[in-house]
Amino acid sequence: MSVDYSKYLRMDKLPLYWCPGCGNGTVLKALLTAIDELGWDNNDIAMVSGIGCSARGPGYVNFHTFHTLHGRAIPAATAIKMCHPDMHVIVFSGDGDMTAIGGNHFIHACRRNIDITLIVVDNWIYGMTGGQYSPLTPTGTKASTMPRGNIDPTFDVVELAKGAGATFVARGSVAEPVMLKNYIKKALEHKGTSVIDALSNCHIQWGRRNKFGDPVKLVDYIKSVTVSQAKAAKLSKEELEGKYITGIFVDDPTKKEYTQSYKELIEKAQAKA
Amino acid sequence: MSNVEIANGNELVAEAAIAAGCRFYAGYPITPSSEIPEHLSKRMPEVGGVFMQFEDEIASVIAAIGASYAGYKSMTATSGPGLSLKQEGIGLACMMELPLVVVDVMRGGPSTGLPTRVSQADYMQARWGTHGDHMIIAIAPSTLIETYTETIRAFNLAEKYRTPVLLLTDAVLAHLHGRVEIPDISNFEIIERTQPTVPPEEYYPYDVERFGIIPPLPNKENWRKYKFHMTGLNKDKTGFPTVDSKKVEEDEERMINKIMNNIKDIESFEYYRVDDADVLVIAYGTNATAARVAIDEARSKGIKVGMFRPITVWPFPEAQVFDLSKKFKKIIVSEINLGQMLYEVQRASKGNSEIFTVLQAAGVPIRPQQILEKIEEVSK
Ligand SMILES: Cc1ncc(C[n+]2csc(CCOP(=O)(O)OP(=O)(O)O)c2C)c(N)n1
Ligand code: SF4
Ligand SMILES: [Mg+2]
Repeated sequence: MSVDYSKYLRMDKLPLYWCPGCGNGTVLKALLTAIDELGWDNNDIAMVSGIGCSARGPGYVNFHTFHTLHGRAIPAATAIKMCHPDMHVIVFSGDGDMTAIGGNHFIHACRRNIDITLIVVDNWIYGMTGGQYSPLTPTGTKASTMPRGNIDPTFDVVELAKGAGATFVARGSVAEPVMLKNYIKKALEHKGTSVIDALSNCHIQWGRRNKFGDPVKLVDYIKSVTVSQAKAAKLSKEELEGKYITGIFVDDPTKKEYTQSYKELIEKAQAKA
Repeated sequence: MSNVEIANGNELVAEAAIAAGCRFYAGYPITPSSEIPEHLSKRMPEVGGVFMQFEDEIASVIAAIGASYAGYKSMTATSGPGLSLKQEGIGLACMMELPLVVVDVMRGGPSTGLPTRVSQADYMQARWGTHGDHMIIAIAPSTLIETYTETIRAFNLAEKYRTPVLLLTDAVLAHLHGRVEIPDISNFEIIERTQPTVPPEEYYPYDVERFGIIPPLPNKENWRKYKFHMTGLNKDKTGFPTVDSKKVEEDEERMINKIMNNIKDIESFEYYRVDDADVLVIAYGTNATAARVAIDEARSKGIKVGMFRPITVWPFPEAQVFDLSKKFKKIIVSEINLGQMLYEVQRASKGNSEIFTVLQAAGVPIRPQQILEKIEEVSK
């Protein structure tokens, strides 16, 4: 069944500000399709972002939308969830936004296990500001501030989220949009902090510097560096070098969700008062 | 809270916030402000509000802004180093035009400075700490009871003008314990943001053509049905980014005018024994208490001296100081820093008066004796 996207988009804000073929659109589409499958009401959804190309996403959708400062989407989303615990709260922002300047908020949201969904649009670069390297820029690849190739090691977003205590963690990519949509849907349904590492193509700022200026070629390349969990299990450490494993890595419904803990705290305080 | 309380300034700020209807607090502990979160961690859940200690001051101010967007009256409290971290967020609240109260319990600086000691050295940071053109409201209570009443006024101004308001207290006021008679809350006017009444699809958060210079903003009850967009980018009336020079400039000017055109409602100051005075002291906050003692002492020695005390310290009471400068040949500026309001007094008095100072940045309050000596010296 095809989705009527006009139900979710602010049609008067189109065309999109993004470069043609940008992965941001693919990730946004996967999100809207997942929401459509869940049958959620627009009034019940808040979408929050920081600053970056991907962070412009919320502006196009007809939800409660809040475009904050670079790196600061997560505390705002946390507050919205605390104020309206029955709302669905989604953060849609970039790899730089969430793992560099906003890295501290990222790990603490995971630790609290507050019921928000963090979608990291992981295009390996600071797209908006002209291709400077991010904590997720693959080592050895070029960026405007790493003209000789990136010497920085990268974060593994999945391991970072896991270690910090997120209770749903998955990685998908724009090369397999249906799978990405399915992971996002599961993340949205999950009660607790859910993290999606969404590998995405910035063929302009990352691609052009690394011989992938064409979006189709870059998406194919992304496909070539991803392996499913099942396949990965059969590969050696050396064979997995430089590969991104896709799949669901954590799905734990047992850890207490934060707004629930806070609700109980209120009950305790009011019983005593 | 009963009518008579033994409390310190920090607890009074916390209680006043609750009385004013604040139901969201986010913060990161820092001396000398920590009794505010400690008190609110106990009280907020009792009144069904949210208390959260975040990972840092940046997260705290952003969370408070997020809560304000979601319809809640919100507050964050800190001291100098934390205020520096919150500045980008304060600018975001200015741009989004979201009500917010930021308490700054001033201590010495720069940097870690004197964590437990008094200062008034954030006076200029309060005004100019965030980047870009903007107007700010800042209030400096001077006594324990004022920490309570002025906190309520801070919330009222924030709601009414959809703007961040800074409450500048200090280490002395914060930790001063005293008996305070708290007026019954029914004596206060509690102001709430104006509510939209138009159908949700017709509501835009900056539609000044339709709603006037300060458009309505949904409260927590109405928020769910009014979906709108907010951004820190320069925005048009719908809340979406624009780079249209005309729209940008009009909006920047409007954000300043919404405060300056209502200055009569926002300003607050005290004239103390100025009518027959020959010499004028200008002081604010804790330090005004020392000035008052010095003035009474000087008066008992026959020296005619009075005080002008800004309570709303930003916007600076420029017109009042200009008028005073025409009347007073000699003005003494006193503040617990190396001269910050001094610049404002110099600017506003336009060279009409000779300006003297009693300034100190030693981590201890200025003693009344120091001010008295200056009064005696200039009255010779
Ligand atoms: C405090 C602050 N520092 C730096 C910037 C500049 N800046 C804007 S977006 C951005 C990087 C965006 O990269 P990412 O989050 O990966 O998003 P993308 O554009 O790739 O989607 C930077 C450095 C800013 N706006 N604010
Ligand atoms: S610069 Fe990159 S991330 Fe930004 S819109 Fe273009 S392709 Fe997308
Ligand atoms: Mg990026």
